[in-house]
Amino acid sequence: MSGVAAPAPAFTRLGTGVSAARKMKDRAFTVGLWVCGGLAMLPLLFIATYVIERGLKALSINFFLKTPGIPGQPGGGIAEAFVGTAIIVGIMAVIAVPLGLLTAVYLSEYGRGWFASTVRFVAEILLSTPSIVAGAFIWAVVVVRLGAFSGFAAALALCVLVWPIITRATEEVLRLVPQELREGALALGVPRWKVILRVVIPTAGAGIFTAIMLAMARGLGETAPVLLTALGNSFMTTNAFGPMDSLSLRVYVDAQSSYALDNVTAWAGAFCLLIIVLGLSIGARVIAARQLRRTR
Amino acid sequence: MEVSGLNAWFGDHHVLKDVHMEARSETVTAMIGPSGCGKSTLIRCLNRMHEEVRGARVTGKVLFNGTDVYAPDTDPVEVRRRIGMVFQRPNPFPTMSVMENAVAGLKLGSRLSKSELRQRGERALRRAGLWEEVKDRLDQPGGRLSGGQQQRLCVARALAVEPEVLLMDEPASALDPSSTLRIEELVEELKDSVTVIIVTHNMQQAARIADWTMFMLNGEVVEADSTEKIFTTPADQRTEDYVTGRFG
Repeated sequence: MSGVAAPAPAFTRLGTGVSAARKMKDRAFTVGLWVCGGLAMLPLLFIATYVIERGLKALSINFFLKTPGIPGQPGGGIAEAFVGTAIIVGIMAVIAVPLGLLTAVYLSEYGRGWFASTVRFVAEILLSTPSIVAGAFIWAVVVVRLGAFSGFAAALALCVLVWPIITRATEEVLRLVPQELREGALALGVPRWKVILRVVIPTAGAGIFTAIMLAMARGLGETAPVLLTALGNSFMTTNAFGPMDSLSLRVYVDAQSSYALDNVTAWAGAFCLLIIVLGLSIGARVIAARQLRRTR
Repeated sequence: MEVSGLNAWFGDHHVLKDVHMEARSETVTAMIGPSGCGKSTLIRCLNRMHEEVRGARVTGKVLFNGTDVYAPDTDPVEVRRRIGMVFQRPNPFPTMSVMENAVAGLKLGSRLSKSELRQRGERALRRAGLWEEVKDRLDQPGGRLSGGQQQRLCVARALAVEPEVLLMDEPASALDPSSTLRIEELVEELKDSVTVIIVTHNMQQAARIADWTMFMLNGEVVEADSTEKIFTTPADQRTEDYVTGRFG
């Protein structure tokens, strides 16, 4: 090296450039944001603790195994509501999940032109349809035609609500699958349907699973459409073509009851609903996170 | 392979204009030219991948062993099975392991026993010069390999279905120099068994590995000849300007 020395740059001491007022402002906003974040969690915490506190007290073996029995008499349960919810949500899943997935695959992989935009638009509208409208619609076209309230009709009403949720959420995650992966598979001489089935869908698997779970949780909690279609039932039944009880419906009915005992049961039912829905949401997220980690 | 009167569009944009070309079997043909000259589009027309892009359109003929790839009764799936492709960016399937990636084309396209799949997978990984590096981690996700390894995994994946032609669309442009060298060596080794057509924007690369070189400009083939001729005594002034670095 030659003897030319670069002039030393004139550094100032750290921390002298920011005024005290700016530091104060920064701190105030940071605290403000933390408070807002905390406030957003408050309602959930409040609901959860309240429901758990009230609900836990009414839980017993009978609550899960017995049906309501004589009004005002202790020892009854809501077993028929658990069975009803399982059957209604089960039928809903069997119909809405394949339908939603197929629609999503169509929209993301094949859908071009006016028909696809129309399907997407319809799904969008359904997404914001009040749930009672879905119930009223199914009441008119299914319950009135068949001449009976039924769990099956309730499942159909829930399908109307849940199908667009699955469709739109799944379409979004399918679109996130890089185009290069599709091209890579197509270039191997793999037929398109197999590319979708074996490459695109597995790559989006975690997201699709989450979408389905969240849709299930939504269907589980709906009350109004079930009220209009399944009506409710105090007796145990597995006949999906007759009136049926469901958890949300039981909570609704018991909460309005003039017997204090029923009100307690309503809290217990609400507690169970909350646990199931939270379980589905948290479970979906945990499994999705795990799958994501595996592929990275 | 022989291309005649090929035109290609993206929407209203006329990308390839009346292209004629030829690629002899068991040789390496390089396509060179400045960005946007249509070389990637041309190579994607050869195995009907061009039409996978929305709004893309093709007219003209691409003859492969005497049959037109674009004839109405030609199945694009069969075309792609016999004319394999490696892309610019390594694209291993993220949900599959190294071995599953290598045999993906076989597994999804044919019925082979597990042991046969494994055998063919190993052979493909050996041909791609990757076997020694990955033989102890065949069950790991393909996405965990380094970029260069991922690209060779993609070559293995393409070779596993035993194509007669291998199209490579700037296969080394996303790789570091030593990985690039590995890919170039690989191409040298492969040309005894498959016809390689490679797009590259790196002229030295074309000079190093190609037997035949075609120079493209603005969607037209300006000149196609032996690599030596193109780089030493090109017939067209524009080719000379390009290979001597006067533009592009």
